[in-house]
Amino acid sequence: MIPAAFDYVRAESAEHAISLIGQHGEDAKFIAGGHSLLPMMKLRMAQPSVLVDIGRLADLSYIRDAGDHIAIGALTRHMDVEKSSILAEHVPLLAHAASHVGDPQVRHRGTIGGSIAHSDSASDLPATTLALGATYIAQGPNGTREIAAADFFQGFFTTSLEPDEMLTEIRVPKMNGAGWSFQKFNRRAQDWAIVGVAAWRRGNDSGVGLVNMGSTPVLATSVASAISSGASVADAAELAAADADPQKDLNASVEYRVHLAKVLVRRALEESSK
Amino acid sequence: MQIRVTVNGTVHDSDVEPRTLLVHYVREVLGLTGTNIGCDTSSCGACSLHLNGEAVKSCTVLAVQADGAEITTIEGMAAADGTMHPMQQAFMENHALQCGYCTPGMVMAATSLLKENPNPSEEEVRIGLEGNLCRCTGYHNIVQAVLAAAGGE
Repeated sequence: MIPAAFDYVRAESAEHAISLIGQHGEDAKFIAGGHSLLPMMKLRMAQPSVLVDIGRLADLSYIRDAGDHIAIGALTRHMDVEKSSILAEHVPLLAHAASHVGDPQVRHRGTIGGSIAHSDSASDLPATTLALGATYIAQGPNGTREIAAADFFQGFFTTSLEPDEMLTEIRVPKMNGAGWSFQKFNRRAQDWAIVGVAAWRRGNDSGVGLVNMGSTPVLATSVASAISSGASVADAAELAAADADPQKDLNASVEYRVHLAKVLVRRALEESSK
Repeated sequence: MQIRVTVNGTVHDSDVEPRTLLVHYVREVLGLTGTNIGCDTSSCGACSLHLNGEAVKSCTVLAVQADGAEITTIEGMAAADGTMHPMQQAFMENHALQCGYCTPGMVMAATSLLKENPNPSEEEVRIGLEGNLCRCTGYHNIVQAVLAAAGGE
């Protein structure tokens, strides 16, 4: 399969990329690693007229300790997130979740910023960074702004990024020793999760993100509320799907997804509570 | 668009359409047909090759994205005198293939894996090859071959 024809321009800097996307209008798309976009273009589910290649912006590939949080450049590849010693120490849930994205070849190309901006609710990192209370940095023609992960995912493949904005950084709070768990239920090793759960817990504080439980990644706030008011893990897990609107597909009915979410949230909270 | 890539040590200057996939460039422009196209949906790994030393699925990379890169395909693995790469030798000795279709991709993924993890456990080999599908062998002998190559290298 070959994508529909498009024009290709290569950005030399973030500012250049934003100016190019502004020039070329709404049919233009950024391409980083391309491991979400190219498969969709090959299937003609996406047909951008212009690709603005940001894949060479090496200064947007970094993982830095920024005090209370870790700052991750949007162009950082999944493999670099997975192998980061800084993340292993301070945000082990994210490093571990990154190791579950696709397969090694995919992780050599795909980027954390690309995955989040693509905003597929079945992807692992949007829900994981959502659970961790991340903040995303968007750069546009008039400067940068911060977007809370909880405000970022608007709908099916839709985010609060403006058409001329680029996701440049992901800021993830340090976990400070919180327990954590990542549960991914799929039929074959490299498949997307049928349902996935990213969770952390420190005492009565917790965060639970759900993968593939609706048109957006889902923050299971009802579960976290129950935990904070002293509910047992089993009781809190019963609320796993309370904030979700799962859809049926070839792999799972709605009922099956809801059941899986409860089971996986229970397992995730048990592991996080150790 | 004009690109320059180094493939198996040889520099190539080519004019490609932006939508040209790297696997089509390698196979059809350069004539290196050892890299197979399997699923064409970044699932099966048959099209794996090394881009700057790391295994990638060339059906999901644009040739223009590889501009300036060093690429190694299965044709570049053996020595100039025909001596097989230790991974190829290990695949042969362990009968790690039947039809052979997945084999180039398996060898490229496996060598990339050992570069990152020179002494993997059996489980790490199985997880490390999760991006490569084989419909014949049941994987057992492939895993044995990779472990053998790891021990021998």
